[in-house]
Amino acid sequence: MDRLKRTTFILFLMLVASLLPLGGHASSPEVGTGNGKVRDHQGNGDTTHKANYTKKAFPVLSFDYKNVRTPFEISLWVLLASLMKLGFHLIPRVSNIVPESCLLIVVGLLIGGLIKLVGEDPPVLSSKVFFFYLLPPIILDAGYFLPMRPFTENLGTILMFAVVGTLWNAFFIGGALYGVCQLEGDYLGKVELLSCLLFGSVVSAVDPVAVLAVFEEIHINELLHILVFGESLLNDAVTVVLYHLFEEFSSVGTITVTDVFLGIVCFLVVSLGGIMVGAMYGILAAFTSRFTSHTRVIEPLFVFVYSYLAYLSAEVFHLSGIMALIACGAVMRPYVEANISHKSHTTIKYFLKMWSSVSDTLIFIFLGVSTVAGKHNWNWTFVIATVVLCLVARVLGVIGLTLVINKFRIVKLTTKDQFIIAYGGLRGAIAFSLIYLLDENHFARKDMFLTAIITVIFFTVFVQGMTIRPLVDLLAVKKKQETKRSINEEIHTQFLDHLLTGIEDICGHYGHHHWKDKLNRFNKKYVKKCLIAGERSKEPQLIAFYHKMEFKQAIELVESGGGSKLPSAMPSTVSMQNIQPKKPSQERALPQVSKAREEEIRKILRTNLQKTRLRLRSYNRHTLVADPDEDGWNEFLIKRKRMKDLEKMSHVNNYLTVPAPPPDSPTIARARLASDPQAWVIKPVTGDIPTIKVELASPQSPESVSVVDEFKKSSYEQEDEDGDGLVMKATSLVAKKDETGEDDKEPQQRLQRCLSDPGPSAEDEEDEPFLP
Amino acid sequence: MGGSQSDRAHKFQHLSDKTGFSIDQINSLHKRFMSLTENEGVLRREHLDNIINLAVNPIRRQITGAFFDKRNLGQNEDGYLQEIEFEDFLTILAFFTPPKQGTSEEEKQNIKKEKLRFLFNMHDTDNDGFITLDEYKRLVEELLSSNETIETETAKAISDAAMLEVASVTMGQMGPDEYYEGITFAHFQKILKGIQIETKMNINFWNLDTIRVQCGKSK
Repeated sequence: MDRLKRTTFILFLMLVASLLPLGGHASSPEVGTGNGKVRDHQGNGDTTHKANYTKKAFPVLSFDYKNVRTPFEISLWVLLASLMKLGFHLIPRVSNIVPESCLLIVVGLLIGGLIKLVGEDPPVLSSKVFFFYLLPPIILDAGYFLPMRPFTENLGTILMFAVVGTLWNAFFIGGALYGVCQLEGDYLGKVELLSCLLFGSVVSAVDPVAVLAVFEEIHINELLHILVFGESLLNDAVTVVLYHLFEEFSSVGTITVTDVFLGIVCFLVVSLGGIMVGAMYGILAAFTSRFTSHTRVIEPLFVFVYSYLAYLSAEVFHLSGIMALIACGAVMRPYVEANISHKSHTTIKYFLKMWSSVSDTLIFIFLGVSTVAGKHNWNWTFVIATVVLCLVARVLGVIGLTLVINKFRIVKLTTKDQFIIAYGGLRGAIAFSLIYLLDENHFARKDMFLTAIITVIFFTVFVQGMTIRPLVDLLAVKKKQETKRSINEEIHTQFLDHLLTGIEDICGHYGHHHWKDKLNRFNKKYVKKCLIAGERSKEPQLIAFYHKMEFKQAIELVESGGGSKLPSAMPSTVSMQNIQPKKPSQERALPQVSKAREEEIRKILRTNLQKTRLRLRSYNRHTLVADPDEDGWNEFLIKRKRMKDLEKMSHVNNYLTVPAPPPDSPTIARARLASDPQAWVIKPVTGDIPTIKVELASPQSPESVSVVDEFKKSSYEQEDEDGDGLVMKATSLVAKKDETGEDDKEPQQRLQRCLSDPGPSAEDEEDEPFLP
Repeated sequence: MGGSQSDRAHKFQHLSDKTGFSIDQINSLHKRFMSLTENEGVLRREHLDNIINLAVNPIRRQITGAFFDKRNLGQNEDGYLQEIEFEDFLTILAFFTPPKQGTSEEEKQNIKKEKLRFLFNMHDTDNDGFITLDEYKRLVEELLSSNETIETETAKAISDAAMLEVASVTMGQMGPDEYYEGITFAHFQKILKGIQIETKMNINFWNLDTIRVQCGKSK
């Protein structure tokens, strides 16, 4: 197996190598300006043609590369990035030690070197391409799937780190560098204070791309992840303001107090403005998605386009595009997800992951290529000073801020946490692109800055990126807990929320929970009605969660097949009858047909009931939590048939819960009992009688009850004559056509109806006590 | 709670040692207590019902009950008190303080257990040591009661499913004839293992000094 993997990898390399000269030749001009050149060539070609018109043979086959050049180059690069990604996962040993970002930079370096060898000019990462095409997918992916609960709980801490921490870093590094330059004298002496401050502000920003790339692989606990990641997202506003501030005034040369004051105002405008722009677009997107029930196919498009517009609109006004994008994604998500179909949701998820994955890869490769390509000016003092100062500033900043923050936090940050936060401050491509954008006339030392930035990036990504994983293990930092989001946890989390809000009210303390509760109530009362279509606007969160869980269970149940592979998770044979209170029971003869079989079936059902798949707990770009409904319909049908075979041999107790589906949730499947139509009327639960119907030991005709999947019903009704899903016996009439056919073979079917089904026909049967 | 200043200070010191609040916090909580009880000094249920914000809380009944529950106040018997004093008020609120920095792991586990016990008592209203299906169902219904439409069927389904899950997680194998009484405290602990209670079930009492201590009622 190893040899096979190695050979495959070598083949990949060869394939890639063969693409390189082509790519290198193709991208010799800057990627961004490729278009212009193409048009020029065409124009020239045309005129020459007309001037020297001679009759030639009709060209059967011609070669016209120039026309296709730009899209071709772009596709080649994307293909290269994807192949690299594939390649790395073929050799797991290396990717365990070295984070992927490092490998990609190395590959970029190699490619850059190769291109230079060929004699072409390797392309440099154009800032325009970076900021408009490569960065937005990553940020949107992060923002859309941002875990809101930990984010809002730690918002104060995150903001402190992002704003105050970045400011501290910027000024400390800038100032100290200026001091070093002055000390050094001759060569560096000409570097002005403002240039240093600008450089400091750019180099101090923690980069979301790098943080994501590295932190995803180490599976650190949620708190630390959200702290560092949140900081990297929110410090964009600070960086933007400082950058523009210093850039503007570097030409002038001095800064007055008014400018500082204006800078502060500008910061507020940039951050709040960005958030507002994003929120506005988010609401628009949510509102639009309310009406998409008939055109499901373009639903994902709205999400992407509105978000991208939010980003671009923010960039128009020099507001923080990143914050706009995050706000847009976070605002639109709860409403959009309530409105769109399940398939659209999957599409959005996969597209975002795909784009961000490719972007991320491309960014790192380009970083490597740009290193080779760019003009460098290596100055030992400056570079070493930068690296050292970055580290020192970061550590000091984190320690200082934590002292202040811990006074206000309930869960204090320990030293271990502080270390990880400090160590996780990685720099990345944003810093590089910002420096690259600088005007050379104003900044004489631009190439020196560039070199220094690249060194810092390399240092953080390579050294810190590679060592953080063993350090995390060494320090025994808490890892992410793979918790199943069970219905119990959901119930109790909500209960806890209400409880804490209540206690806060009793104490008269307007704390975190109080405001959150107010926001929730406002949301429920006004906002949801506007933005969510139909009945789902009234659906409380618990019920929504519960329906989601049911849906997944139904899918999983069928997926797991007819018992041929029993899931290995903790099987249990607990069923509804174990829970229902004993009532004076009647004498019933309940022959247990093949008890072993019954046990087996119960095992499957129980296990599936436990294995609630999480919707999105993992933010790992590389391994999406498997979506249960990815499997093709064919497998679905096969497995269903297997299930039926199983049912044939025993009586089946249906322990799936059966909620009555809300009338218009067409695209979300529910597992429900398909009994006769009159049973669908939701009968009010009378008193404390458990609505579990037990069939009397009477010679009534066995009925069949089947679990129906909504989305199967319409398309498969014709094809499926055996009934769908789980087939059980009930004491009601048959609803589906030929279901009883095979069920008749089982003479003694008893219904053990589960849970909340109101019962097939409440009139003719009393509410019977359950099986003892 | 009259008496001279030193008497009160001494009393507060005693309370501080017992419950873990700081003197400042106890002072402001005392002010709050007084305004809640209209300076009577003993808290009754109707005082808590008068808080406006609490009236929209879906589980207000259980919260109010928890304050008067004898089990939470350290007494071994069942039932509810009619009125409580400031010391009992503080005892209940002490359940919501975070473990101090530097507590040992074992103490943290104890604190976690106490908090879970508090929650358990809130659910187990008849104090038989089990959270039965009915009690659970009532809990779910109350949680859903803040919506206009109470879908009783779904509530029942949810509570059944939850109960089922608890049973399967904790009991594993059960024969068809066995009966699962209800969630015992041990099971309760087990299923809520994933939620870090000791970090989540906390109120930040630090800024009580600055909060205006008028309560929400108008008499």
